[in-house]
This record gives sequence, structure tokens and C-alpha cells, in this order.
Amino acid sequence: MNNRIKELRARYNLTQEDLAKKVNVRRETIVFLEKNKYNPSLKLAYDISKVFEAKIEDVFLFDE
Amino acid sequence: MKEKITIQEKQILVSVISSILILGFYSLYVYQKYIAGNPEILNDFKFWGRSFLFLIPVSIVVQIIIHIIFAIINKIITNEDFPSITDERDKLIELKAIRISHWIFISGFVLSMGSLTLNMQPYVMFITLIFSGFIAAIVSEIVKIYYYRKGI
Repeated sequence: MNNRIKELRARYNLTQEDLAKKVNVRRETIVFLEKNKYNPSLKLAYDISKVFEAKIEDVFLFDE
Repeated sequence: MKEKITIQEKQILVSVISSILILGFYSLYVYQKYIAGNPEILNDFKFWGRSFLFLIPVSIVVQIIIHIIFAIINKIITNEDFPSITDERDKLIELKAIRISHWIFISGFVLSMGSLTLNMQPYVMFITLIFSGFIAAIVSEIVKIYYYRKGI
């Protein structure tokens, strides 16, 4: 699974730390998400998508 | 680029080193005080019961003290704070580490029962139990470092 977190974070002018605080995780978790080395829970995916005012499938790109 | 060691990884390393030191010094203490002059005590169940029961609280208290000292020294040197939250990734890593350490301990338990089946001395069973618990704890910490570094 890929994601657009880094791109959207830049668009919303958020640092990794800012996003981590908004979704209540540690900054390292955002780092690993951006590197595609961690698959988030549905709740975290939902929370991140909400920050970017987008649907989950627009932030997290599932490989068919 | 070489990745910087995080505070979790430092904490885990401190746990590994302190576990090794605690068991090492405790074993040495028990050996010198009780076993050296009286090897027959190795087959005394009461001795093993007391040793286990004493090791557990001592280990917990010493670990807590070592972690407090580490937190103070780390704060002075790096000005880093410990993370105030444990997130889902931490919990997942913890669960994976517990699962692996559980299997190691169960394997040690089976081995220890095997030693009784093979008519070995009871102390072999107790030493196998202590050793498997120790290895399970160390491997669990190493697994955590692996997942924190490589990702899940």
C-alpha cells in the first residue's frame, strides 16, 4: 500500500510533528508511514484522511 | 545515511544490558553465598523457590532504578524527553515481541520438562526455566529494536 501523506502534508504546510499531534501518534509513526514501512489501522488512516479533508482511498493507495 | 538512534531504542538497549547485569550479578551472588560451599542445595526445591521469588522483585526494582537514572542522564546529555504517548505502532511492536518471547519461554518450559523425563537432576529443570525466561526477555527486546528500525 502506498500513500500520499508526504505530498498532502506539504500542501497543508504541516510538519511530521504537527500531523503526529493531530492524529495522536508519535512522529516516528508518521516517518514510517511516509516510507511505506507501516500499514496504519483503519482508525489512523481515517484520522489522517480527515486532517487532509480527503477520503481514505485518496490518501492511501491500495494496489489491486 | 545512518539513522539516529531513537529514545525507544536507547531504552531497549538499557533494558537488555540491565537484564544481563541483574541476572549475572544475582547468579554470582547466589552461587557464592549458597552453592559454592554446599552443592547439594541445588536439589533443594525450597532453595529454588526462594531464589525465584527473590529474583523477580529485585529484578523489577533494579530495572526501575536503572531506567530512572538513564532518563535523568539522557535528559542532561541530549535534552530529549520520553514520549508522552504510546501509539498503535508501539503496541503492535510490543505484541509481536511478546508473541516471540512467549514461544521461546514455552520451548524452554518444554525442554525443562524433558529434562525431568530424562531423569536429569531437578536443578537442570530450574536452570532451563530461568535461562529460557532470560533468553525470552532478551530476544523480545532485540525484536523490538528490529521492528523499530526496519518497520512492521
